[in-house]
Amino acid sequence: MRVPLPSDDWIADPRRGGLALLALVLVVLPIFLPNRFYYDVAIHAGLAAIAVVGLNLLIGYAGQISLGHAGFFGLGAYGSAVLTGTHGWPPLLALLASALVVAVLAFLVGRPILRLRGHYLAMATLGMGLLIFMVITNERTVTGGPDGMAVPALDIFGFSLSGRNKQAWYALVALCLLLAVWLALNLIDSPVGRALRALHGSEVAARVGGVDVAEYKLIIFVISAVYASVAGSLSAHYGGFITPDAVGFLHSIELVTMVVLGGMASTYGAVVGAAVLVALPQFLTAFHDYEQVMLGAILIVCMIFLRRGLLPSAIDLIRARRP
Amino acid sequence: MSEFLQFLFSGLTVGAVYAMVALGFTIIYNASEVINFAQGEFVMIGGMSSVFLLSAGVPLPLAMLAAVVIAVGIGLALHALAIEPARGASVVTLIIITIGASILLRGLAQVVFDRQFHSLPAFSGDVPITIAGAALLPQTLWVLGGALVIVLALGWFFTRTLTGKAVMATAHNRLAAQLVGVNVRFVLMLSFGLSAGIGAIAGVLVTPITLTSYDVGTMLALKGFAAAILGGLGSAAGAVLGGLLVGIAEAMGAGYVSSEYKDAIAFVIILLVLFFLPRGLLGGKAAERV
Amino acid sequence: MDKMRFKPMLCSRLTLACAALATAIAAGGGAADAQEPIRIGSFLSVTGPASFLGDPEQKTLEMYVEELNAAGGVIGRPLELIVYDDGGDANAARTFATRLIDDDEVDLIIGGSTTGATMAVVPLAEEAEIPFISLAGAVVIIDPVKAWVFKTPHTDRMACEKIFEDMVANGISTIAMIAGTGGFGTSMREQCLDAADAYEITIVADETYGPRDSDMTPQLTNIRNTEGVEAVLNAGFGQGPAIVTRNFAQLGIDVPLYQSHGVASASYIELAGDAAEGVRLPASALLVAEDLPEDDPQREVVVSYKQAFEERWDQPVSTFGGHAYDALFIAVDAIERAGTTDPAAVRDAIEQTSGFMGTAGEVNFSPDDHLGLDLTAFRMLEIRDGTWTIVE
Repeated sequence: MRVPLPSDDWIADPRRGGLALLALVLVVLPIFLPNRFYYDVAIHAGLAAIAVVGLNLLIGYAGQISLGHAGFFGLGAYGSAVLTGTHGWPPLLALLASALVVAVLAFLVGRPILRLRGHYLAMATLGMGLLIFMVITNERTVTGGPDGMAVPALDIFGFSLSGRNKQAWYALVALCLLLAVWLALNLIDSPVGRALRALHGSEVAARVGGVDVAEYKLIIFVISAVYASVAGSLSAHYGGFITPDAVGFLHSIELVTMVVLGGMASTYGAVVGAAVLVALPQFLTAFHDYEQVMLGAILIVCMIFLRRGLLPSAIDLIRARRP
Repeated sequence: MSEFLQFLFSGLTVGAVYAMVALGFTIIYNASEVINFAQGEFVMIGGMSSVFLLSAGVPLPLAMLAAVVIAVGIGLALHALAIEPARGASVVTLIIITIGASILLRGLAQVVFDRQFHSLPAFSGDVPITIAGAALLPQTLWVLGGALVIVLALGWFFTRTLTGKAVMATAHNRLAAQLVGVNVRFVLMLSFGLSAGIGAIAGVLVTPITLTSYDVGTMLALKGFAAAILGGLGSAAGAVLGGLLVGIAEAMGAGYVSSEYKDAIAFVIILLVLFFLPRGLLGGKAAERV
Repeated sequence: MDKMRFKPMLCSRLTLACAALATAIAAGGGAADAQEPIRIGSFLSVTGPASFLGDPEQKTLEMYVEELNAAGGVIGRPLELIVYDDGGDANAARTFATRLIDDDEVDLIIGGSTTGATMAVVPLAEEAEIPFISLAGAVVIIDPVKAWVFKTPHTDRMACEKIFEDMVANGISTIAMIAGTGGFGTSMREQCLDAADAYEITIVADETYGPRDSDMTPQLTNIRNTEGVEAVLNAGFGQGPAIVTRNFAQLGIDVPLYQSHGVASASYIELAGDAAEGVRLPASALLVAEDLPEDDPQREVVVSYKQAFEERWDQPVSTFGGHAYDALFIAVDAIERAGTTDPAAVRDAIEQTSGFMGTAGEVNFSPDDHLGLDLTAFRMLEIRDGTWTIVE
């Protein structure tokens, strides 16, 4: 398949052109998915991409690292699982309620945490994620503990969407992803987004320029947490079963890796990063005992040669080729 | 009293391990601002190499020495093959490279060694020393002594030798150091070698107590990072202090509060400290860039 | 040799063996080659925190699939084994199970080293109607009974009961528990707390430790300082119980220490060293294979598995690999009786398994029992002079 080269206006206006291209890819992709397994990988990639697009707002645009986003992802997932499974709430309501709780939590912890900088911020978010992980693992009566818990099928307006119905889930996740990207692009283009970019450049300069730095960082932190929460809720319903692995430190690291691999401050890069890192292990099974060696090596090589991330570096290359 | 002392011994044993991992983080951070996520893997390499060399018939002291040399070699290779080629890339990009290296080293270890747990014989036997009703393993003294020697040696190296001073200069101001003729590339290489060596020594010393396997590194890196941050990134004394505090907090938490939430207690303490001292206990140097 | 058909991915560490196999495949031409292979799919925690389960399980499956193929396959068809490593992550396990079912189109699934991974895959197997034999411990896997799901290891509940029986026999009624916070320890801890009443056993101290903890002296100090503790029970697997055992000796606690079946491998004795002397645990006969009386019906199975495994892989046998052995041969036995790989026929044949002698004991499945083991299959062992001894 030959992807048409993106023109310069596409890069200049990612909201229209880029979104159309992403939609096109998402529509065409099923033609190349021979069976349910490939759908499964695509759906997983899509769900991860939603969380990563949100995290990229924080890392790529606001320049704030978070090593605890799996905590928000997990709260969304477990929130949905417990509210629908144990308490019989409608899934959509459970998803929104979980997202609201996550937003409030992010708002409360965000204020003190975001005063920290660099690696100290990384540590604080890491600690926060670990605390969420420990509560979920230890409170067995609610969460099922380390062995996890079952999650009922997603039920929207009386239409039950079991995780086995791959086509329907693909369509749903594709729509959610498009929505997530569209919202993110709008946000980046809003006054908040412009202030954020100033912030990424130099926080001091932004502050001098009259930007309420703390306020904007907090807004973005909350928004990115909600992205993770929604992705978590959806992924819990899709899988039908959830374990604390989804909340763990390694999952947080994975999400950050997706952002950087795809390309920081590139919303489409985030999607690419998520897709590559989800699909890669499936290809690497061919290496059997050397799976992890290959994964590590690929990560290192990509970051050395495409250090700005897969998508931005690829666009640079394409641009450099053309006069 | 005897129980308090027992908890303290436990905390010091575990804390000394965290402290040595934290020292490794500190050294590389000072030279490059990079958090090396493969730091825990050096500890694993130290432990696993000694185990396998020992079982291949190499005498223990020689096996341990060789293990440290192997780890230093891998540290230098990591710098030459993964960090140096990415010179000029952003700090976050470099951190992701170290994450890749950590995955790669773990992957290699399970192929080269195996996926079982292993132990080493304790250096001076397993008979506990009883102090005021609390039992202490002789190996713990080796670990604490080892940590102390490393700290003193580092202190001497950084303040008394020209090379050490060059490293410190780079840590304080990279550009200025370069301008006065410090070979920054060499400093970075040295830091990776040094930090790998310290990690491996830690691995060798603690394996008789904590056991080892190909994937012990992840948890150690996590705790070591926490310790380095608690103490204040960039400060060697802070790293040691942070490590011991995290270890003691865990032990006291498990002993007096709840063993289920003992790790949580340690992290709550770290978060609280950061809220009041945003640069950790002894961290003076600003860390503005991400 | 010409009947061996492997996916290249299975040729793991021995490149030489790989080359040999490739030649064998290329040479081809045997009668069985024309036959469609029987595809056995597996997802195991070969790496990650539960790798000491998944690693021997994978090695066992590889070894016996090779052996079965060398002997002409099953119902005249070669076996093809496809193993994926889920790293102990339930999410990954589910994706790999989807791959096995929809992409590799396997005839049956053996696997799930951990309870979490197994439970994540149960709905898939049920929906796709593919026989699924789990290698994980917890009782939730087969209770309530699921039509397509079976399991081979003893449940943690049974381990608790066996230990409590032994305690009662020794006049112990007040005990302390210390459990790992991983899936295995947590599940067993709950089952033990639940089962204790029936044996009139009181649990007066209840401590836990994390999966990667390296020092449990604080928890054990609290246990030592608790009044009236007559024995300590440790539920957990991996390196944790070895450290508990060492710390137990370090603190000089002088009551009996009971371990779970989660430490049933020689590496536990090696890691715990002298401290392991006198430790008791329930385990299958595999660990004491050579010590079984000549007329023991299990002797032949466990001795041959133990010898074959240790010879081939040069590492001590564990009961975990034995679970995979049982699962594979229950499946092979069922396929032979069914004479086909039709999933429904194989499922029915598995359910009709009776008198099957495996490493875990005699297996008798029925429509309402998909575990098929009873307490008699568990032996109470004690570690004496650095080796397992049967106490009965």
